[in-house]
Amino acid sequence: MRLYAYLIYFFLYFPIAIIVFFSFNSGKHASDFQGFSLKWYPKLFDNPFLIDAFNTSLMVALISAILASTFGTMAAIGLNNLKGKLRVFYDSLVYISVMIPGIVIGIATLIALVTLFKFLNPLLANIWPTSFGKPPLLNLGYVSLIGAHTLFTMSLSILIVRSRLNGMDRNLIEASNDLYGTPVKTFLKITLPQLFPAILSAFLLSFTFSFDDFIIAFFVAGSETTLPVYVFSSIRRGVTPEINAIATLILTFTILLLLASHLLMKYKNYSNKGSKK
Amino acid sequence: MLFPASFWFGVMLILPLIVITIFSFGERAPNGGYIPSFTFDQYLNLPARFVAFKNTLTLAPIGTITALIIGYPLAYYLVFKVADNKKNLLLILIIIPFWTSILIRTYAWIFILGSKGIPNLLEYVGIENLRLINTSFAVLVGIVYSYLPLMVLPIYVSLEKLDKRLLEASSDLGASNFKNFINIIIPLSIPGIATGCMLVFILLMGEFLIPAFLGGGKVFFVGNALVDLFLQSRNWPYGSAVACSLVIIMLIIVSIYMKFINSKNNREEVSII
Repeated sequence: MRLYAYLIYFFLYFPIAIIVFFSFNSGKHASDFQGFSLKWYPKLFDNPFLIDAFNTSLMVALISAILASTFGTMAAIGLNNLKGKLRVFYDSLVYISVMIPGIVIGIATLIALVTLFKFLNPLLANIWPTSFGKPPLLNLGYVSLIGAHTLFTMSLSILIVRSRLNGMDRNLIEASNDLYGTPVKTFLKITLPQLFPAILSAFLLSFTFSFDDFIIAFFVAGSETTLPVYVFSSIRRGVTPEINAIATLILTFTILLLLASHLLMKYKNYSNKGSKK
Repeated sequence: MLFPASFWFGVMLILPLIVITIFSFGERAPNGGYIPSFTFDQYLNLPARFVAFKNTLTLAPIGTITALIIGYPLAYYLVFKVADNKKNLLLILIIIPFWTSILIRTYAWIFILGSKGIPNLLEYVGIENLRLINTSFAVLVGIVYSYLPLMVLPIYVSLEKLDKRLLEASSDLGASNFKNFINIIIPLSIPGIATGCMLVFILLMGEFLIPAFLGGGKVFFVGNALVDLFLQSRNWPYGSAVACSLVIIMLIIVSIYMKFINSKNNREEVSII
């Protein structure tokens, strides 16, 4: 039984180890190990396309994680007080947006936004005051990327925050109301601090999802390139040590982020337990 | 409170789904655009992509079941055989791969299954010209590798919640370990199994990367057909019909599945998440 478990852990980590190992290959060919070298890493920073893709990914992930965790928390709180048919309607929207394959979301967003822009651009050109200069041309890019990523991660955030909301101690809110706390004060002093770990983990998971997403970005990125899209097209051109080095850096980055979020949650849990005593 | 979320659902979910449905009844313009009309031509043309649907509908269930068979013993091991202080670490080690880029993890298998990987090693023991990459087997390995964590976690949660006193009571009354496993552990972990299978199956139905990397154009899913239709041949109305059909097939399978599971298991409603 133990051997079986070790074998599975080996199965899970061996491919990752292979990539990290070959990123230190001094040879040009990705699969012949010729000697240890760090030379591929500095080369990455000289590649302007790569830096550009990284910046795009970082910005999109940051903005959509902020939007998703904020709007998701608001919606989770709002839904808590909602009952009846409207509640069922919102719940099904949340589940649909999590359930529909990313590829379908990507495609649907692509054709919807292209159609919408085709209609909006001439309209905008007509009403745009000439003194403002040239009218803006709506196009796929940051806006569609952030929009599509936020849809999925917002639903994820709603689910995470809601499960925390359900497990929350209602007596504290009632006590605060009894002691003449205003609704705003109760929210800021009681609800928000209790929700904070859930909001934070929603933020971090949203960030990781957006940063790693390939399939949605593949369709809606327009002329922008995100890091996964860049890596995908490089792999299509051939396997090189350079890709291994990028992959190693991405892996390190996400693993650090995950560990940070885990430690943070653990710390929060301990302090919560401590305060209950 | 609900305003931003409502706006987002409206513009980024409801509007796109309506548009894609409308497009699927439209006609293709000669240069790859869309001509508004109302025709079932696109749906009638679906058999042209039969192989993609067939591959998806065979490999998605096979992959789900393989992940279950491999993942269940691991979840069992983590819950019943590991000391409490080690559990957390071993669990995190399962979660980490799931949240790291699926693109990179799949790419690693191109290496391992490619001609310089395992087939190269096997030549030393005399097995020659073994082809692993670009086969259904390679796609299956990629699937199990990518989605194993998603299968293990819900099963782990349901086994962890199981009241251990039940097992003691049953053992005291003379039941063997095997009987305990069949009569207590498996039935009580059905919610976890159901959730795990559902999550993996749903994600597999829309899979693109694994067949693209490990199937090499020979083993392809509906996802690969969609990328081809939208980004290469630019046949949007037909692509919309394929996408709509995929979602409809998925909804039908999932609702039948939920009904089946809920009828077997009336103690606890099975939820998607």
